[in-house]
Amino acid sequence: MTLNAYLILSALLFCIGLFGVIRRKNLLMLFFSTEIMLNACNIGFVAVSRHYGDLNGQMFSFFIVAIAASEVAIGLGLLILWFKKKNSIDLDSLTKMKG
Amino acid sequence: MEFFVYLALFSPLLGSLIAALFAMKKKVLFTGIVTSCLLGLSTLSSFYLLYFIYTTNEVIQVELMQWINIGNINVSFSFVVDYISVVMMCVVTLVSTMVHIHSIGYMEDDKGFNRYFAYLSAFVFSMLILVMSDNFLGLFIGWEGVGLCSWLLIGFWYHKDSASWAANEAFIMNRVADLGMLIAIFLIFWNLGSLNYDIVFANISTLNTETITLIGIFLFIGAMGKSAQFPFHTWLADAMEGPTPVSALIHAATMVTAGVYLLVRCNEIYVLIPHIGYAIACLGAFVAIFAASMAIVNNDMKKIIAYSTLSQLGYMFVAAGLGAYWVALFHLVTHAFFKSVLFLGAGNVMHAMQNELDIRKMGGLYKQMKSTAIIMIIASVALAGIYPLAGFFSKDKILEAAFNADATFIWFVLWTGAFMTAFYSFRLIFKVFFGKVSYDTNALHPHETHNFVLASMLPLVILAVIAGWGEHSFETFVTMQLPSWAALNLAHSTALILILVTSFVALMGIFFAWFKYIKEDGFSSSWENNLMYKILTNQYYVPWFYEKVICKSYLYLSKIAYKQVDLKIIDAFVDGIAHFIYSSGKEARIVQKASLSSSLKVMIIGILVLFIFAAVIFFKKVM
Repeated sequence: MTLNAYLILSALLFCIGLFGVIRRKNLLMLFFSTEIMLNACNIGFVAVSRHYGDLNGQMFSFFIVAIAASEVAIGLGLLILWFKKKNSIDLDSLTKMKG
Repeated sequence: MEFFVYLALFSPLLGSLIAALFAMKKKVLFTGIVTSCLLGLSTLSSFYLLYFIYTTNEVIQVELMQWINIGNINVSFSFVVDYISVVMMCVVTLVSTMVHIHSIGYMEDDKGFNRYFAYLSAFVFSMLILVMSDNFLGLFIGWEGVGLCSWLLIGFWYHKDSASWAANEAFIMNRVADLGMLIAIFLIFWNLGSLNYDIVFANISTLNTETITLIGIFLFIGAMGKSAQFPFHTWLADAMEGPTPVSALIHAATMVTAGVYLLVRCNEIYVLIPHIGYAIACLGAFVAIFAASMAIVNNDMKKIIAYSTLSQLGYMFVAAGLGAYWVALFHLVTHAFFKSVLFLGAGNVMHAMQNELDIRKMGGLYKQMKSTAIIMIIASVALAGIYPLAGFFSKDKILEAAFNADATFIWFVLWTGAFMTAFYSFRLIFKVFFGKVSYDTNALHPHETHNFVLASMLPLVILAVIAGWGEHSFETFVTMQLPSWAALNLAHSTALILILVTSFVALMGIFFAWFKYIKEDGFSSSWENNLMYKILTNQYYVPWFYEKVICKSYLYLSKIAYKQVDLKIIDAFVDGIAHFIYSSGKEARIVQKASLSSSLKVMIIGILVLFIFAAVIFFKKVM
């Protein structure tokens, strides 16, 4: 497969993630969508790194994996707390900061 | 040698710091003794340095440390002990040691005893910086330091409104004049790129005359402020609110002579601009007679002596202005001795009379205070310029200088001033020590002060007698550095006649005072309705003018500036910015919809816009 194919895959995945972020009202789904976007980036990094024979891109994707993991850990923790409090994980229930 | 330089310079600082540790505590006699001893040490090292320079003819230059070293500016804390500064050091340290010892007696019942000594020693330290520094910036630090200490000491009894008013007046008046000094320093640096005396004086002649004239004028404005020359003279008489030994040290012997010192130090600048020198001499002569006339009618013992100081400073400026720098320095030295003695004696009288200052309420104190009376009479004779006391030699030289420069008018003014000097000095003596007793003998029992206080005045009064005899060695010593000056235009016989005429007029002044106040019981009270008398007691209406015209209009201007400029422009502008930010925040609050999904949508739209933007730029470059 050529580099282009990987990049197209990556862009498609990113768009799916983005679409999820815009459309979904469920907080959990929002997390899934961001994970998809992050991994789309990872695919792009790894593919480009392989193409140019430069390990930097692969290293970067490791960092992204680590960050994604920690983000999910914290995010899920907050989500559980929120659920305990409001008994809902609907995005539109987060209206406390209305100006 | 370096050791003695530092010893002379830093022991007053050490004394001041030690005394400052006890500043808020009750009186500890120890602070007075320690500061006096450390100053004694400083005096001894100064005299040792004098001896060293006298024998070896070597100028000592020491550098304590680098101070400002950026770009073109290169100023260090460095000191020079040369022919001029060593003379000043000896005078300053000697007089201040004696004043410190005198103060132990004078301030014995004062609550602020320790604080007083901290200030007094700090003053000596600043004064030493002023005279020893080898660059204009160091001089300026000392200049401001003595101004600060003078403020602290005039306002020493700050609970009195008059004292704190006088302190502020002195400080503000000096500040106005210091601006002139600063401008001169800027001009020097601007044109010569250095502030070091040696470099400045070596290169000053390369400048054009206008620049040198400007520098000379602005330096002299600084000198005028510190030496209380007209029109900055009003602060000196009001400065008498401070403790009397302070007046002796700061407002007679040392600080006020700093202006003369500056002129003597910068002689190489003034030599190039003789017309400015002549103007300085004219102003000096004017002040000499202007202040003497005010001293004649004043009834406040300390103010009489203060006006006398002003008048003598005028004499010094005449000498410096006419190029007779060593004569100016000589009169500075002799004047420091007899004037400090006069003030210290006035302090003794004040103590005996329970702080009474009005000479009309004294009289006949000779019986009770013999030693003080004799000391003050000797000092007054020296001030009046009677042979063979110190004042005779120095004042006579100044008159000779005036005559020699063909400035007959100046000579005549000074000559009249000599008459007035003799008259007011002996008016004071006769009114205080002789004549009929005018104080309440039941309430007041004047008595002589402590013996050690009198002993502290003794060296000074001896010097007031003998200092004149060393005229020739003094001349040879300081003219190693200063331009030599001699009355070349005068025949010997003319000089002799001048001496006789001057001495005659001084004796006449004393005789007239004796005649009026001993034989005749003073002037009749009808004199007090005389217009001239009114003008003189009101100090020529100069303070009135300052108060009514300058201060009032300045206050008016400040009020306008406050109400129109400050409130309406600056405040309104600043408030406007704050108001704008506040209200725009209020308006922008609706952006916070508290809906995460809509925020995310907005964010994505933002990213897309940025992305399109980047793409457009990218393709533009590629095309």
